[in-house]
Amino acid sequence: MSFFLQELVNGVTTGALYALIALGFSMVYGVLKLLNFAHGDLYMVGGYIGFFIIRWFGGAAKLFIPVPLLVTIMFVAAAVVVGGLGVAMERFAYRPLRNAPRIAPLITAIGISFFLENAALLLFGAQYRVYNTPDFISYSSGIQIGSVSIDSVQIMVLVMGLFIMIGLQQLINRTKLGKQMRAVAADREAAEMFGINVNFTIAAVFFLGSALAGVAGVMAGLLFNTVYNTIGFLAGLKAFTAAVVGGIGSIPGAMLGGLMIGIAESFITGYISSIYVDLIVFGILIVVMLVRPTGLLGRAQLQKV
Amino acid sequence: MLLSLDKVTTYYGQMRILEGISLQVGEGELVCLLGGNASGKSTTLKTVLGVVTPRSGRVLLDDKDVTGWPVPQRIARGIAIVPENRRLFGQMTVRENLEMGAVLRHREKLDDDFDRVHALFPRLLERRNQLAGTLSGGEQQMVAMGRALMSRPRLLLMDEPSMGLSPALVQQNFQIISEVHQSGVAVLVVEQNAAMALSIADRGYVLSTGEIVLTGSAAELLRSEDLKRAYLGR
Ligand SMILES: Nc1ncnc2c1ncn2[C@@H]1O[C@H](COP(=O)(O)OP(=O)(O)OP(=O)(O)O)[C@@H](O)[C@H]1O
Ligand SMILES: [Mg+2]
Repeated sequence: MSFFLQELVNGVTTGALYALIALGFSMVYGVLKLLNFAHGDLYMVGGYIGFFIIRWFGGAAKLFIPVPLLVTIMFVAAAVVVGGLGVAMERFAYRPLRNAPRIAPLITAIGISFFLENAALLLFGAQYRVYNTPDFISYSSGIQIGSVSIDSVQIMVLVMGLFIMIGLQQLINRTKLGKQMRAVAADREAAEMFGINVNFTIAAVFFLGSALAGVAGVMAGLLFNTVYNTIGFLAGLKAFTAAVVGGIGSIPGAMLGGLMIGIAESFITGYISSIYVDLIVFGILIVVMLVRPTGLLGRAQLQKV
Repeated sequence: MLLSLDKVTTYYGQMRILEGISLQVGEGELVCLLGGNASGKSTTLKTVLGVVTPRSGRVLLDDKDVTGWPVPQRIARGIAIVPENRRLFGQMTVRENLEMGAVLRHREKLDDDFDRVHALFPRLLERRNQLAGTLSGGEQQMVAMGRALMSRPRLLLMDEPSMGLSPALVQQNFQIISEVHQSGVAVLVVEQNAAMALSIADRGYVLSTGEIVLTGSAAELLRSEDLKRAYLGR
């Protein structure tokens, strides 16, 4: 039982990470109907930003600022820089193709993915970059419930993930910007007819979605310790799976999908073998697509004349 | 003059849709724009609103050239639209749909705007939290109209407001258009149902393959043999 609970905690933590990446993926799909295959690479960039910030402030073992401040700077910088990168991506790569056939931005997305992976290789080198998290956040600093231990990085990821998801849900449902995002996603031309600034709204979606990926990149660095230029590839595929399983375009769907994938991975690793993780996860994708093509929380496009 | 189009020519890509259209709508007037399928009626309204920009000719609002202006600035000067097929945001509530009609309004004025629209359509107050996509056709029409009125327009563009409504609802709809008009709002309405539209209009224009082929007072047009011919095509 305690093994089960421990795996569950680990799974929910990874799941929160996938959910954050899947959210941005799904939001972009919502407004542009574009599968942004470069989204995972934004997560990779976030991971590098976190690494370099640790280094700038003295390195993991010799930090000259307090750890809470360091971690705050890491998250804020990753969110802002990666958010900005997402906005630039939209502005220069996708906006010119907005009225092109859908295959054009899709291929562009794959191109941007290669571009980012290789730019990272060039700029940051081929070596694995290591956060050395235990040097500044002790693994034993978490909480122990019975035989289940949750370390402080996990706690941070879970708490932040929860707040970000609640915040995002509130933003989308309650704020003026959020409503405009939904309107643009539902019917771009109609939104334009009522004076909604469509370009700004789409840029805002890219900023938010990309910032979440950046934040997830830092979380991954803290949790898994290692960053290299292609970590975005598999993470992007997992996020895609999470978004599609949950129902692409649906915010709660992306959260649910992310959590499910994270928990599934953890149990497969724990009870079967880590070799089968990807096989089973992508198997889940295929099964969900066969049984419920719109995803668990997705809805068939309701068209009324 | 509240609105004038001066020799407006509009293209979609290589296709010329409007061929030098001139028309006017005065303050408080109700003008209808008639014409067969694909004659360019919706394109005319989109040109007025600024969703499409003419290749040549001018769009004037209050005698001011607004041809290159973006949509929000035109809305701020008093234009609003009830689009063809209504185009409600089906997964958003009635209240949210109305709010989308007022994105450019100041927050403090929003309550007044809601009150005005709810006074005209009390049903929308009852249904405010229902998803627009689940409303009946008549109710959806109210939302479409209410959404346009939220921005307190001086010129309301309506693109086939009676499409898809039962005859009784069409009647009721024209009743409401009349009321809005009598409250001082100028209306430019596109209709397939010429007789019905002309019965409440001051004036009308007939469009055929991108050109205005006929214009006159509503009474003249109702009597016109040419109108019947224009509808039968050339
Ligand atoms: N976005 C567009 N791109 C290309 N062609 C378009 C576009 N919108 C309209 N058209 C074409 O322009 C012509 C005029 O269209 P428009 O919608 O203005 O006609 P309409 O008079 O409103 O017709 P209806 O009565 O069927 O609504 C049509 O041939 C249509 O196919
Ligand atoms: Mg039309």
